[in-house]
Amino acid sequence: MTTLTRSLCAFWNSSIGKKIVVAVTGLIFIAFLAGHLIGNLLVFVGQEAFNEYAHWLHHLGHGGAIWAARIVLLGSLVLHVVATVSLTRANRAARPSYAKEDTIQASRSSRVMIWSGLTVLAFIIFHILHYTVRVDSQLAELGKEDPWKMVIVGFQNPAASIFYVIAMVLLCSHLAHGFSSAFQTLGLNSSKTRPTLQLIGKAYAVLICLGFISIPISILFFGYGN
Amino acid sequence: MNLTLKVWRQAGPNADGHIETYPAKDIPASASFLEMLDIVNEGLIEQGEEPIHFDHDCREGICGMCSLTINGVPHGDERAITTCQLHMRHFNDGDTIWIEPFRANSFPVLKDLVVDRTAFDRIIASGGYIDVRTGSAPDANSVPIDKKDADEAFEAAACIGCGACVAACKNASAMLFVSAKAAHLNKLPQGQPEKDKRVLAMVRTMDGEGFGNCTNQYECEAACPKEISVDNIAKLNRDYLAAVAREATV
Repeated sequence: MTTLTRSLCAFWNSSIGKKIVVAVTGLIFIAFLAGHLIGNLLVFVGQEAFNEYAHWLHHLGHGGAIWAARIVLLGSLVLHVVATVSLTRANRAARPSYAKEDTIQASRSSRVMIWSGLTVLAFIIFHILHYTVRVDSQLAELGKEDPWKMVIVGFQNPAASIFYVIAMVLLCSHLAHGFSSAFQTLGLNSSKTRPTLQLIGKAYAVLICLGFISIPISILFFGYGN
Repeated sequence: MNLTLKVWRQAGPNADGHIETYPAKDIPASASFLEMLDIVNEGLIEQGEEPIHFDHDCREGICGMCSLTINGVPHGDERAITTCQLHMRHFNDGDTIWIEPFRANSFPVLKDLVVDRTAFDRIIASGGYIDVRTGSAPDANSVPIDKKDADEAFEAAACIGCGACVAACKNASAMLFVSAKAAHLNKLPQGQPEKDKRVLAMVRTMDGEGFGNCTNQYECEAACPKEISVDNIAKLNRDYLAAVAREATV
């Protein structure tokens, strides 16, 4: 084993190393979510604008860019989930419980990270099958010709829309802690900047959540696109 | 004042523990928390019962020996004090008080409320020192150090190693302790030549001792009797990343 691979293994096996992997992959998702939301909101600009965007995205770099992004995102997802599940298991093993538990100041969102995260993971699997792989033949047909219509029809399904909204609310909770936490783990903050980063993180989480849920709510409850 | 105590009793390291209820009668409001336990213990001894075992030494908040998780909070609910500095006037007559040991699998219970915190000593022994003799206290200003660095090193050095950070952490992480002990040496010129070696050794020993992982909830900072800042944790994360990168490439 070379020095480099030995160091990489030691890094992954250390508490801080694994947390840095979680922070970096988390920041990749934070950047991705902003881009994804801006693209998705084109659904309100109109059918033509949204379909043009979808066409541009799928043909950028002769179709290579989207696959490069998918590989980075999928790789980040696997690392993020494997590291956090492993860290959570170690955390549970390290601490017996108190007969009388109390919390001084830890936020609620920070205490349910594993559960908000696992729900979002289940949602991501569903979401990819729904709109990327398109296991539904009607959506698969629409997706080829008219992605805008595919989104409208997809969200006219109440079960899919409700799951989407629940997942986005939990994503909001996940980001409310995760955003500023990533900066702490990477050592990129101090007591001067921490409150600002926490505020930006919470504002970002709320914006992402409201932005994404506006789409299924407009379609399901206000009949947008009918 | 009259109180009801719910106290963790455990006969030895391998025995099963349980919560036992004791009345604490006629406790003066001016008594410290440990003096209250002394009064209860005198009563238990008079009745021929085993007194409640707990750690203590200086009883003035500087030695880091006293522990106790009081109503779920290490050193009790008052900020920036140790258990020995907590006074009964902060409680109300008739209160029920839960008293448990500092809980972490890396701090095994020895008896009742006494836990074994030698895992901290092993972390210090792995790197929390300077290898060469740097002499006795230097003359003031003979080694120029930025005011900011001097202040931060001093604040980190205020850690008394009591373990409240571990006991308060939902994950029993020792990051606040380790980061403070690393920072107070790493910040100063005498500690800098061995910075990488120190950071790697202390973090690896901490992991090996079975402490959990920091999830940035900052319960440690809130429970710390010396108000050690989680800025030290951010710095340790940064220093660890740099040390690993240098170890891998040099």
